[in-house]
Amino acid sequence: MYGSWANRLLLVPATVWLLVMLVLPLLVVIIFSFGERGTAGGYVPAFTLEQYANLSARFTAFKNTLLLAPTGTFLCLLVAYPLAYFLAVKVHPKWKTLLLVMIIVPFWTSILIRTYAWIFILGGQGLPKVLGFLGIEGVRLINTPTAVLIGIVYAYLPLMVFPVYVSLEKLDKRLLEAASDLGSSPIEAFRNVTLPLSIPGVATGCMLVFILLMGEFLIPALLGGGKVFFIGNALVDLFLQSRNWAYGSAVAATLVIIMLVTVSIYMKLVVRNQQ
Amino acid sequence: MSKKNDQPISRKKFMQELRRYERGSVTRRHFLGVTGLGVATAVMGAAVPGLLPRKSWAATDIGDRVILATWPNYHDPANFEKFTEMTGAHVQVNVFGSNEEMLAKLQAGGSGWDVFVPTNYTITTYVGEDLIEPLELSKINNFEASAFDPRFSDAGTVNGTVYAVPKNWGTTGYVVNTKHTGGKQLTTWKEFWDITKTDFTGRTMVHDYQLTTIGNALKYFGYSFNSVDPNELADAEKLLIEVKPHLYAINSDYQPPLRNGDAWMSMCWTGDGKQLNTDMPEMQYVLGKEGGEIWSDYYAVPKSAPHRDAGYALIDFLLDPAVNAKEVLAHGYPVADSRTNELLPKELLEDPILYPAQELLDALEFGAAATLTDPNRAELLARFKSA
Repeated sequence: MYGSWANRLLLVPATVWLLVMLVLPLLVVIIFSFGERGTAGGYVPAFTLEQYANLSARFTAFKNTLLLAPTGTFLCLLVAYPLAYFLAVKVHPKWKTLLLVMIIVPFWTSILIRTYAWIFILGGQGLPKVLGFLGIEGVRLINTPTAVLIGIVYAYLPLMVFPVYVSLEKLDKRLLEAASDLGSSPIEAFRNVTLPLSIPGVATGCMLVFILLMGEFLIPALLGGGKVFFIGNALVDLFLQSRNWAYGSAVAATLVIIMLVTVSIYMKLVVRNQQ
Repeated sequence: MSKKNDQPISRKKFMQELRRYERGSVTRRHFLGVTGLGVATAVMGAAVPGLLPRKSWAATDIGDRVILATWPNYHDPANFEKFTEMTGAHVQVNVFGSNEEMLAKLQAGGSGWDVFVPTNYTITTYVGEDLIEPLELSKINNFEASAFDPRFSDAGTVNGTVYAVPKNWGTTGYVVNTKHTGGKQLTTWKEFWDITKTDFTGRTMVHDYQLTTIGNALKYFGYSFNSVDPNELADAEKLLIEVKPHLYAINSDYQPPLRNGDAWMSMCWTGDGKQLNTDMPEMQYVLGKEGGEIWSDYYAVPKSAPHRDAGYALIDFLLDPAVNAKEVLAHGYPVADSRTNELLPKELLEDPILYPAQELLDALEFGAAATLTDPNRAELLARFKSA
């Protein structure tokens, strides 16, 4: 039974972990967000709403994040869906494992090092030079929002491919045969059968990528040259440069609230669509 | 195959590689700053003591390691190897991009540093926040106060107590690739900002550091580098926001893009200017006629230093004039120590990058403690970066 002590014991490690590593730190952030910055930085206990009143000072950073996170998620989906479809439906089974492993292989190297490599690929001596040989002169990629988006799609692609792949893999091929027998063209069969059945995978993939993108700071910092400023970058600066812990906590708490709201709305929409 | 060939990378080789990784290029500084990989390296070193070299002929027992937080391209790696040879203590280096970052780390606690390199204007803050200890000068025999030019050693003494001993001094100017100016020599901050908006669009870098980036924007209008006056800061902000679309990057890691040709001009510290000019003579180091920053760096010991004795031993070692002279030859920053200068070649002591003309020096200001900790300047930089 659920109530037996042995079953409850199963929950102990996760509960302790979440309590110490998530709930307590989150409480600290909330408490700090009502405090004040010390003269030389840091945190001075207080109870004030001043930090929240000042949130508009990071409006642009919130706006950049709320524009680039959905854009990045959508681009990821555009690239990942055909790939997942190819892997799940078109590839001969004997190649499948190999191709899936090849998608995972880059994960064996740190994201930091892989993003660093993109600095050279997108820099003046990389891709723009190749384009120059082809007659397309004067292309600037590094330190632009485009570079950040390229880095994002590259880094998050596997997170999108796998959920979509799994949902397409489970697809009952007999449904497609039935659609064909009933006179559907392949395109109609895709639209009426494959696509709707893959929505759960798409929804999961989008959520994974979107949530992680909302907190992203590494890719904009490295590929945006400090000019593309996400809320993650604002937080890094508030804690690691200007040492404004109180304000940084208020910004972080707001980000958590924005995510909660966005994700709840999103989940509602997805669940309703599936009923 | 013989057994020998089956051996993986030797311990010695691994240590060499690890140390190279720990010291090497500027690029890595950014790496470390952005990620905290520096900390990861320190943790790894601490967790795997077998990786550390055994003591060879230690004079006194100072432990097997010392952790130094410093700036990029600011030491001669050979000196660290010598220190390890002499004492058995391996030097772990954490590299930083700004004094704000260093202060943030120490304020957060548990930095694990034994020695770090604060700049003149931060020391009173560290003392006020109770983060550094009064130096035990009996452990730093090589510090001979009278040998140092007081302009660059005064800031180490707060209320009559010595908290920090001088490392190097220098200036903050800019470096420009004259290949792209059509032979024109730039001489002012006004030209720096104006050319960025026109001929150099997309090619200029400014520091990711409020003190220098805002300070040098203030110089465009002839205001003080240290100004915290709201109207003057508003002018500087207007200029920065106007210039931002024309910038290549906002990043203190400027050597790599300048070297590969992506960037043509950047705010720059003395030693980076010297290093770039040595390798690429077209790279000219300029001090704005309007003024700008002159600074001095110091060695200090954090209150929490876990290998305190080793920290003192390292400071003493690095202040040995013979060792210090090798440092200068490697990094190109001047020292305030007359004993070290006696050992340096004449060309270096007359080098206009290290020792600019008096009238240029006279216009420079030392950064102030209030400039670093001013919350309005921090917010201004955040608005500039997110604009």
